[in-house]
Amino acid sequence: MRSRLNALFDALLPVLATLAALGVGAVMLLILKVNPIEAYAALWDGAFGSSNAFAETLVKATPLLLVALGICISFRGDVINIGGEGQMIIGAILATWVGLTFTGLPGWLVVTISLVAGFLGGAIWGGIPGVLKAYFSVNEILSTVMMNAIAVQLMNFLLRGPMIDPSQAELASKIPQTARLLDAFRLPRLAPTRLHLGALIAVILAIAVYILLWRTTLGYRIRAVGQNPNASRYAGIKVQRYMVLALLLSGAFAGLAGATQVFGVNYRMITDGSSSGFTGSAGFNGIVAALFGQLHPLWSIPASILFGALLVGANKMQRVVQVPSALVIALNGLVVVFVVSSEILRKRRQRRRLADARQEDETPPPTESGESQIKQAETGA
Amino acid sequence: MTESTKLPSGKPRIETIEMRGITKRFPGVIANDKADFDIHAGEVHALLGENGAGKSTLMKILYGMYRPDEGEILLNGKPVTIASPNDSINLGIGMIHQHFMLVPTLTVAENVALGLPSSRGALTDLDRVSKRIVELASIYGLKIDPSAYVWQLSVGQQQRVEIIKALYRGAALLILDEPTAVLTPQEVDELFVIMRQMVKDGHALIFISHKLHEVVEISNRITVLRDGRRIGTRLTSETTKQDLANWMVGREIGFAPDRGKVEIGEARLKLEKVECGSDRGTPGLRGVSIEVRSGEILGIAGVSGNGQRELAEAITGLRKVTTGRVFLEGKDITNFAPGDITELNLSYIPEERMRDGMIKDFTIAENMILREHHKMPYSRMGFLNLSDISKHADELIAKFHVKTPSRETHAKNLSGGNIQKVVLAREISRNPRAIIAAQPTRGLDIGATEYVREQLLIERRKGVAVMLISEDLDEILALSDRIAVLYEGQVMDIVPRSEATPERLGLLMAGVHPEVSS
Ligand SMILES: Nc1ncnc2c1ncn2[C@@H]1O[C@H](COP(=O)(O)OP(=O)(O)OP(=O)(O)O)[C@@H](O)[C@H]1O
Ligand SMILES: [Mg+2]
Repeated sequence: MRSRLNALFDALLPVLATLAALGVGAVMLLILKVNPIEAYAALWDGAFGSSNAFAETLVKATPLLLVALGICISFRGDVINIGGEGQMIIGAILATWVGLTFTGLPGWLVVTISLVAGFLGGAIWGGIPGVLKAYFSVNEILSTVMMNAIAVQLMNFLLRGPMIDPSQAELASKIPQTARLLDAFRLPRLAPTRLHLGALIAVILAIAVYILLWRTTLGYRIRAVGQNPNASRYAGIKVQRYMVLALLLSGAFAGLAGATQVFGVNYRMITDGSSSGFTGSAGFNGIVAALFGQLHPLWSIPASILFGALLVGANKMQRVVQVPSALVIALNGLVVVFVVSSEILRKRRQRRRLADARQEDETPPPTESGESQIKQAETGA
Repeated sequence: MTESTKLPSGKPRIETIEMRGITKRFPGVIANDKADFDIHAGEVHALLGENGAGKSTLMKILYGMYRPDEGEILLNGKPVTIASPNDSINLGIGMIHQHFMLVPTLTVAENVALGLPSSRGALTDLDRVSKRIVELASIYGLKIDPSAYVWQLSVGQQQRVEIIKALYRGAALLILDEPTAVLTPQEVDELFVIMRQMVKDGHALIFISHKLHEVVEISNRITVLRDGRRIGTRLTSETTKQDLANWMVGREIGFAPDRGKVEIGEARLKLEKVECGSDRGTPGLRGVSIEVRSGEILGIAGVSGNGQRELAEAITGLRKVTTGRVFLEGKDITNFAPGDITELNLSYIPEERMRDGMIKDFTIAENMILREHHKMPYSRMGFLNLSDISKHADELIAKFHVKTPSRETHAKNLSGGNIQKVVLAREISRNPRAIIAAQPTRGLDIGATEYVREQLLIERRKGVAVMLISEDLDEILALSDRIAVLYEGQVMDIVPRSEATPERLGLLMAGVHPEVSS
């Protein structure tokens, strides 16, 4: 009985954490002399209040989910990919280049090639730190962050120079953006809203990643390497190769996220000089969504929707109750902090209950994050 | 026996501890089923039972690592709640786990101080800790240097550090969960000296082991668990090894396996002047030349740390061979990738199975295919074939009597001995041409030990070449056709079974050539 309750509590923990964060947010709202009920009503309304609002939520959730899928793969392979931002940017650049170059081909073909190009771009940007880690022992957290910085500068350079919209190039203002894609190259809309095909692709890929991780030899190997490199070597697995693959695949999904942003939402690339200007920080928020979803690709779907809702709803809240945008950002941060802490709490509780593994085994747990979600996930397998 | 209420360490004694009606359930299993257990100051109480009987679980409950679903614990007659190891340490209960939890890169004193409040606030007071360690060491006759680094210590010495650590924290009752499994016979003797001293001083000790002769030698009372229930407690003086075996397993156990006659064939595994390094940078193997022939068990005897691990890893491709050659069925496999050697049907049962031979967060079914996960029928065109994987797992679970609620159970949730069985089952069932078995019966109960030895003999009868690395001389003598003795990375001598005596092997293991010295 108690174990049932425990399991239920664990499953609900992220939700409880979100509620707790909203609670703290309410206090902040009160300090700003804003009625929190009114504010949160606006938030809800903004995220789910109409079909347009809900579609907007899903549009925001799409890149989160794609990035999260990659994170599920890499974290389970015990490689920490913080490079989602850069991978999104490179994926988007490559996809955009395809879209602006092959203007003579049919739309469906160009879109397909572009998405593949985005996937490949991200794969390259993730693969480089993967190789550095596997063969030169370079810490992947550092290298992926560095790769983010390089990607942003590359984007700024390209969008101000070689890839700049020809019409902007003639103007004095020179807004750093690419030309607009042909209308035929836009991802089809799924409803009379801004919701585009990318959302459906992301959901299908979530199922695919689930199959990849638990139903294929490749997934078996990535998980094995993530859990125990010693035993993996013994099993004949080329450990370094699968480390690279985990990071490469992770980057690929982020790259695809970048490409769908261009082809489904903006129809061009534009930069304000920072990475979040293009990505909306999806490269980072996707990590949180994946953790929220217990590093399980299917659970990442509702987790991404929740974060998408938070982003969209907060905008509306800001407009309705007139709070500074800093508060909206703080609210987002609160949820992240609470969710991450709840993850630690959950792990500690689990460790207390299953403490046995500790003394029967002297190898350190693979990573803080990769370790214990497997239980959850595999019972679903 | 002194009747004072204080221990030499200055801490109060635990007169009695009683566990009553303890029940602990895990998903799909009842690990403890209304189990009773009691212990008093000045005794060694041994806990016996087959793999998965619930010994470790019962002790983890006493140590506060698990909370019982039912039952109560009485300390000196008064009920207590032990919600965490912190609680139990405060009550004077200590536990030595089978695998130590020391930090190798720290010194003994630093390890002892780890996690304790310091008299100097945020700074550790290592001088005081060291002084106290020396004090405790002299009281209990434990030789230990507080400034030594843990990685420099032998397994036996590390265990002493664990004991000091527990005493430092004021342990009056000490739980020792299979402390002897990893010790050499000499180290076991040394441990027993320490244990006797502690008991004389008024400590209470709980001792878990699968080796009946140790239990008979050291304990005052013996409790046997079966399927989580206590089936009885007896005075050690009123029982014998054979009695215990029958009582535990519920059937007769034969101690001498039947070897039968086997035609010895060609050399399947051959090493020529192999040299390699060890983890500490010192030479691991120095010019080792041996061969294992079809239908033969070659025993590798020696005190652990004399190159056994390096030998196994050099053959299996897990460690780089610096000079020399390794042949498997005539094929040069020197420095092949481990996977390629596996393909040639060499099985390897690593000594540290938890670390090197399995993945604890994988299910049993997943662990059973660790070596063949990429091959038919478990994998088809890159997709795992779940039904064949399940079938395979179920077969092996039944054949090797792995005690588990299901094949989907995570390996880490099995009992120590059952984890070993998973690795054994997988390696033996691969139809190997040669097997390297390192400490294959370590941690197994007597029934399972008998079964595994039989399996090795069956493989031998099939013509498989078996290299048996073991620290257990009885095991080596019972199974091997020839015995090679490793000492400091060299083969001292290879002795045929008929000429091998414990004395002769003992001398060789100590690095002495009997012929030369006599
Ligand atoms: N954390 C856990 N989760 C699920 N099942 C567990 C857990 N710990 C132990 N069990 C189960 O409880 C039973 C008793 O295990 P326990 O470790 O107490 O056995 P044991 O007597 O110490 O055996 P061994 O001699 O093999 O070490 C086993 O069936 C085991 O699978
Ligand atoms: Mg045990």
